[in-house]
Amino acid sequence: MSTDDSRTTHGPDDPRAAPGPDDRLEDALRGTPAADDAFREARERFAARAVDEGAVGVAYEDHDTPVGVVRIGATPEGVVRLVLPAEDADDALARLAASVSPRILRARTPVLAGARRELDEYFAGRRRGFDVALDWRLVTAFRREVLRATALIPFGETSSYRGVATAAGSPNAVRAAGTALATNPLPIIVPCHRVVRSDGALGNYLGGVEMKARLLELEGAAA
Amino acid sequence: MRASPPPDPPAPPPFDVVVERHGPGVLRFCVARLGPDRGEECFQETLLAALRAYDGLRDPGAAGGWLFQIAQRKIVDAARSVARAPTPAGDALEAHADPWHDPEPGSGIWATVARLPPKQREAVGLRYLADLSHADVAAVMGTSVDAARRNVFEGLRRLRDEVGR
Repeated sequence: MSTDDSRTTHGPDDPRAAPGPDDRLEDALRGTPAADDAFREARERFAARAVDEGAVGVAYEDHDTPVGVVRIGATPEGVVRLVLPAEDADDALARLAASVSPRILRARTPVLAGARRELDEYFAGRRRGFDVALDWRLVTAFRREVLRATALIPFGETSSYRGVATAAGSPNAVRAAGTALATNPLPIIVPCHRVVRSDGALGNYLGGVEMKARLLELEGAAA
Repeated sequence: MRASPPPDPPAPPPFDVVVERHGPGVLRFCVARLGPDRGEECFQETLLAALRAYDGLRDPGAAGGWLFQIAQRKIVDAARSVARAPTPAGDALEAHADPWHDPEPGSGIWATVARLPPKQREAVGLRYLADLSHADVAAVMGTSVDAARRNVFEGLRRLRDEVGR
């Protein structure tokens, strides 16, 4: 972007920018908050149309939960990313632009609606597992095996890092299993919080160890 | 930190970022040129076309100028289709000849803008309605940055004279 790219009025470096009455003229030209409301509405209609016409690579929404605001990203195939409150949500979006598609838009889709409903049910204690479609494209090879094994740990129970490594077919790959869990793009839905250290300690969590404890408490797990 | 795939060549930012930054300007600009209903239709057509072509955008830093070039084309298309419409041709042609509507009824300023010479009118519209930098104004109008700056400046000077009278 150029140096004069700014929403402010001309800076002092622009000798032709006269102060005073000009500001009022420029303000009148720039418009009012009413225009912002019109934009919000027009934007929503555009987003709905873009989804209908299949032009959106990743649709996302922010969703309120008892543990904070999570950002959910979904491709037409399924949920591809859940961003925890402890993460930088905008950075996560920029990474999705690089790894999945830059055609990212805040929009409502059936997949996102399903994910939001299931999260609400989960946090209300009315849901023990997730049925929403998932898009696994961000997870490859052994990491995917680990996360698939993790997804099978029942609600209310825990496993160890060695346990999921074994379930994924490589009992000795405990470290690699830890990496897979630490880079889980679908936390909560793929319950990496159910994997704890074999000495009884909680171990790390992308969303912070406090959140891990809270999720396990919600599930009534003896952690 | 996440060990996501390494970021290869700088990817374009999420399209959402472009919409948040330039969307309000696109809407205001389209409405000023086409009136509220067809203006919003044009806003949608512009963003849809931009979204479809977004993967191929080579210089994400120039997204603003690029977006308004698309908007300009859509505005011309829309104005042409009105000119061709079989309905009251006189009115339509008149609207085409003077396609500046007040994006915010009540301010009245755009009636004055509509009387500016075409280049100044367009430069002022792009700079303020569309909230573009001088460089982006230049890109959309196909002029040098200096010429864009001059057009904006001269337009403002005339407006000030008119409003002050």
